[in-house]
Amino acid sequence: MLPVFAALVAASTALLIFAGGLVTSTGSGLSVPDWPNTYGWFMWTFPLSKMVGGIFYEHLHRLVASTVGFLIVVLAIWLARAEPRAWVRRLGYLALAAVVTQGVLGGITVLWYLPDAISIAHASLAQIVFCLTTTIALVTSRGWVSGYADPQGSRRVQGPRRTQRNSDPGSPILDSRSLRDATLERIAIITTAAIYVQIVIGATMRHTGAGLAIPDFPLSFGHLIPTHWDPKIAIHFAHRVGAAAITVLITATSGHVLYHHRQRRELVRPAVLLLILVATQVTLGALTVLSQKQFIINSLHVVNGALVLVTSLVLTLRAHRGHFADAAARTVQVRATGERAASRTTVREVRA
Amino acid sequence: MRGPFDHLFRAVVCASAIAVVACGGGSNQTQQNTAQPQGAAAPPPSSGAAAPAAAPVDAATAATVTGKVTFMGTPAAAQPVKLGSDPYCEKANPGLKTETEVVGSDGSLGNVFVYVKDGLGNRTFPAPSDPVVLDQKGCHYTPHVLGIQIGQPLQIVNSDDTLHNVHGLAKTNKEFNQGQPIQGMKMTHTFSTKEVMIPFKCDVHGWMNAWIGVLDHPYYAVTSTDGTFSLKGLPPGTYTIEAWHEKLGTQTQTVTVGEKETKNVAFTFKA
Repeated sequence: MLPVFAALVAASTALLIFAGGLVTSTGSGLSVPDWPNTYGWFMWTFPLSKMVGGIFYEHLHRLVASTVGFLIVVLAIWLARAEPRAWVRRLGYLALAAVVTQGVLGGITVLWYLPDAISIAHASLAQIVFCLTTTIALVTSRGWVSGYADPQGSRRVQGPRRTQRNSDPGSPILDSRSLRDATLERIAIITTAAIYVQIVIGATMRHTGAGLAIPDFPLSFGHLIPTHWDPKIAIHFAHRVGAAAITVLITATSGHVLYHHRQRRELVRPAVLLLILVATQVTLGALTVLSQKQFIINSLHVVNGALVLVTSLVLTLRAHRGHFADAAARTVQVRATGERAASRTTVREVRA
Repeated sequence: MRGPFDHLFRAVVCASAIAVVACGGGSNQTQQNTAQPQGAAAPPPSSGAAAPAAAPVDAATAATVTGKVTFMGTPAAAQPVKLGSDPYCEKANPGLKTETEVVGSDGSLGNVFVYVKDGLGNRTFPAPSDPVVLDQKGCHYTPHVLGIQIGQPLQIVNSDDTLHNVHGLAKTNKEFNQGQPIQGMKMTHTFSTKEVMIPFKCDVHGWMNAWIGVLDHPYYAVTSTDGTFSLKGLPPGTYTIEAWHEKLGTQTQTVTVGEKETKNVAFTFKA
């Protein structure tokens, strides 16, 4: 149940990012002047009938944020009680500290009339919270805990630049712990970090009012490079250049996976998903400009960016799976079956 | 084996739970809000030295500057405002239109803030005690453009049976943002520094906006749909008169008036 709950928390964090995106996209950030109350009402007793205009988006964001905060409290407690790996429990504490900080930052943005730096920090920390909840969901998942071992024992082994069948039933069962691809590990980290930087640039662009500083797309004032500059044009153009760079990095990372690790579903799936998400993200970015920041398109661009980030993070973590210790005193039984062997059991004992 | 980190965690969880519960607890706001928010104190002197004494204008010699503001070209058509985000507003003011360019049939331009920008020297003028009223009625600010003196009370009224927030985006004065959830609520605000112009908006209803010019003297006017203005009671002298429009920008003219003289100035804004 814990993995399911952790996945639910991660999904709800994505929903919260979308709700937060709607607030900025509709200019509703100050439609509720007080915090933590709402027009003097306790948050949870504010009449639904009064959720009008900008209040709908801002108050909804607060309700969803409080719910996600509560879910993370439950998750942290659950991990503390049931998770044998100390580093995973610490992730829970970290997620809790991050979401509490995020709530405080949200309050400060309202009480201090949306200062740019605080708003950008609020947006950036939201991504960190999403990364933490996604990581917890990942590392508590059955696949991760089992090291992505294939219990059928008929997986092909694919090392760098080689493909060979596992024709020897006595050979070790191959799982992520045998994956050692330093190139993939490096490029995945770089890609994930670059995506985060791009998101921070995007947040800076949004909260400094530079979203339409370059009003055309794909050109900039009719040219490849803007003909004139000011701080807003600079940050906007930096975001476009960043998008191009991210697309190249994701293509390289996913391409590496598809070429060298085609049989590893735990890598192929996020790799393919990354390609789909980045194509969607570029499209949404273009539409945001061309639609003059239509608020739904704008907000989808925000949440899709978050999905790009966590998908890359998942790929990165899975590429590094071999570096992680497994659950304490867990024994994994795998059975080699199929046309190449009679039933045979290989017992692997792993240590915490 | 649980370590010290786990004890710390329990403490953090308890503190978080207390914070989650404690972050609520407010009660419904009941009646009118007559709070005096930031900026309500009497305006401080503008410099370290003692302020010059107010020099009353001699009514026997006071002059007048009158004029008219016109628009040349085709004005942007007033667009219907989409009020669907609040059913009350839809019902209360179904025909609301934008008022960025209010142009009369003869080309007269309304909602222009005309004021004496320069020429009064170091004269000071006491702030009137009568409030200037900004009303939120039919999910619309009335008036759209207004002027006020430093220290003069600005009374903001919610005449609607819906929630508004009053957000003054002052740059030189203090920015403020107050909620008015109840019909009939009033708030009073004063400004401490000259600022032309301060935008006001309601973040709940994004179409609602107004502009306020804060001056240290009473020589200002806002043109109505006939485009005319009158600045009365001016001491004889040479003045820079500025006309400000929210979209069309500003224009200035210099005028010299003698004792009991009336001079006429005209401003023409182009599309």
